[in-house]
Amino acid sequence: MALEKILRRSGKAVPVVGDDIDTDRIIPARFMKCVTFDGLGEYMFYDVRFDPDTGKKTAHNLNDERFKEASIIISGSNFGCGSSREHAPQAIAKAGFVAVIAEGYAEIFFGNSTQLGIPCVNVSHADRLKLSQAVEEDPAQEIIIDLEKMVVRYGAGEVPCAMREANRQALMSGDWDPLQELIDNADKADAVAASLNYI
Amino acid sequence: MSKNLYEKVWDAHTVAELSDGSTQLFIGAHLIHEVTSPQAFGMLEEKGLTVKYPQRTFATVDHIVPTNETEEPYSDPLAQEMIDAIRRNTRRHGITFFDTNTGMQGVVHIVGPEQGITQPGMTIVCGDSHTSTHGAFGAIAFGIGTSQVRDVLATQTMKMGKLKVRRINVNGTLAPGVTAKDVILHILKELGVNGGTGYAYEYGGEVIDNLSMEGRMTICNMSIEGGARCGYINPDETTFAYLKGRPYAPKKEAWDAAVKHWEAVASAPDADYDDVVNFDAADIAPTVTWGINPGQGIQINETIPTVSTLPEDLQSSAREALEYMDFQEGQPIEGTPIDVVFIGSCTNGRLSDLQEAAEAVKGRKVAEGVTALAVPGSQIVALEAERLGLDKIFTDAGFQWRQAGCSMCLAMNPDKLVGRQICASTSNRNFKGRQGSPTGRTILMSPVMAAAAAVTGKVSDARKVFTITG
Ligand code: SF4
Repeated sequence: MALEKILRRSGKAVPVVGDDIDTDRIIPARFMKCVTFDGLGEYMFYDVRFDPDTGKKTAHNLNDERFKEASIIISGSNFGCGSSREHAPQAIAKAGFVAVIAEGYAEIFFGNSTQLGIPCVNVSHADRLKLSQAVEEDPAQEIIIDLEKMVVRYGAGEVPCAMREANRQALMSGDWDPLQELIDNADKADAVAASLNYI
Repeated sequence: MSKNLYEKVWDAHTVAELSDGSTQLFIGAHLIHEVTSPQAFGMLEEKGLTVKYPQRTFATVDHIVPTNETEEPYSDPLAQEMIDAIRRNTRRHGITFFDTNTGMQGVVHIVGPEQGITQPGMTIVCGDSHTSTHGAFGAIAFGIGTSQVRDVLATQTMKMGKLKVRRINVNGTLAPGVTAKDVILHILKELGVNGGTGYAYEYGGEVIDNLSMEGRMTICNMSIEGGARCGYINPDETTFAYLKGRPYAPKKEAWDAAVKHWEAVASAPDADYDDVVNFDAADIAPTVTWGINPGQGIQINETIPTVSTLPEDLQSSAREALEYMDFQEGQPIEGTPIDVVFIGSCTNGRLSDLQEAAEAVKGRKVAEGVTALAVPGSQIVALEAERLGLDKIFTDAGFQWRQAGCSMCLAMNPDKLVGRQICASTSNRNFKGRQGSPTGRTILMSPVMAAAAAVTGKVSDARKVFTITG
């Protein structure tokens, strides 16, 4: 099955301020009682979007009208740390986001996101602040993540970005979901299985 | 140069190089639970695929099972729907399922080892980040996402990039009252929550050599809290003695052959590592967290750090932590009042953890106003604990004795913090809202430290409370 070749992602962006944004924050565990991922978008970042005591909407950027059309998240370092729950990138995707720009990612979150076709690019601390500030000042501007040139373009110019080469290649060649390739190697897998001396 | 265990296991399980340069890895054992598997079965069925090697997948339920009710349907219909789904999926695909009525159900990372499914030299995955626990046996074990659960179900393989290996030596002898949990909290505090990104951690040194399998599991369990996808310990006599006679362990002649293979898979004494870090046991004291990630820890007699003295990259999360926890810079952590005590989870819900805590609270009472839960990690742990009378010791002291499950570790079942409650917890994550209340607070510690918190009603030095001396 041929998948979309992801060469760039573009859209408006929203800064989600903070480092070490963990998957419990992206999707609180109590919303994981589901047998499909379909309804998760609604609960993305629930506990920062709604005041736990009053249930009222908070002043978080994700609630801000100015960022209503955002489809790219800008955040700090170690984004997506914590549990391996794919519910986190799934919630982000179901809420309409197509890419993340951050200073760094937890391993599992990064892998999960790639496999869903959500590019997660790294930018330096200084460039993250630059992008966030630009977006705060003009939320309507278009942000373009160019995976060929490895830059993030915005109104005032561009900043360099980075991504592990294997994942970048997988996105650009449309191989970000590896299932078919894994299936195609079934004979080789069977040979390895036969060589193992357990189970 | 000689190979380390990670490289040997990696090579033995490599199926092919994929088009993007990553590796297709064969997975020896696949563990599944109710939260991250139903969507994967859904994806499989959508594509008309089946489970390739059903005998290599093992299932249980842990996250959503209530620990205080056995009657079904459960009072939470969503929990019932999830348990029904895993029953249906395992039955349909011929997968072994340690259901609640088998006497073998429990937290997936406790069930695998106690059944003897977890063995040295294997690759093990599970849709759960604490799969790193199984590395205690010298397996390469790591958590995966649901799409990868799908891949493993469909092909028994997955796509993976090779990690670097960091050897972490813990040298010397631990002082009395210092446990495996303190060792890993110490390592996390020193190396940070993302210091392990891109690495597998290999733990070694005298302290690790002298630990029981249960202590080793506690350490490997929290590797992921340091950003390391997996953590492992080379198999040795302690490992073999633990496995011998377990239901899925090799028997008779197969056992001898297996031990030979396991000995050979351990890292060579002159093995190469990408990085080596040394710790001295003498520097490790009972350690607790003060913040909102597991790397924000201090020793029990230290004070909460002043933000400006921390490295710059840690300052913003430290500020956020102080605000969330409502703690002050320079405040001693000892004496912090607590509301709830939780002893359990895949980090510290095994028999020896419960024994240590029970021994400590024996003949004492849980402090006024404190809710204390002792939750065995599996039905087998529960049974053994009850045989030893630990349940009685706990309940006499004022603890609630529960049934097996994840319970208040992440509160997907009815066990939850309420409002701003502070919990002294033996689990592995102190993230904001982790224990079920969006504003609830968690202080991570060892079982004996949690026992001390229970009887004093505040964060306390277990060595003083229980007069632990060498
Ligand atoms: S005990 Fe906690 S960390 Fe372990 S599997 Fe259950 S929820 Fe996850």
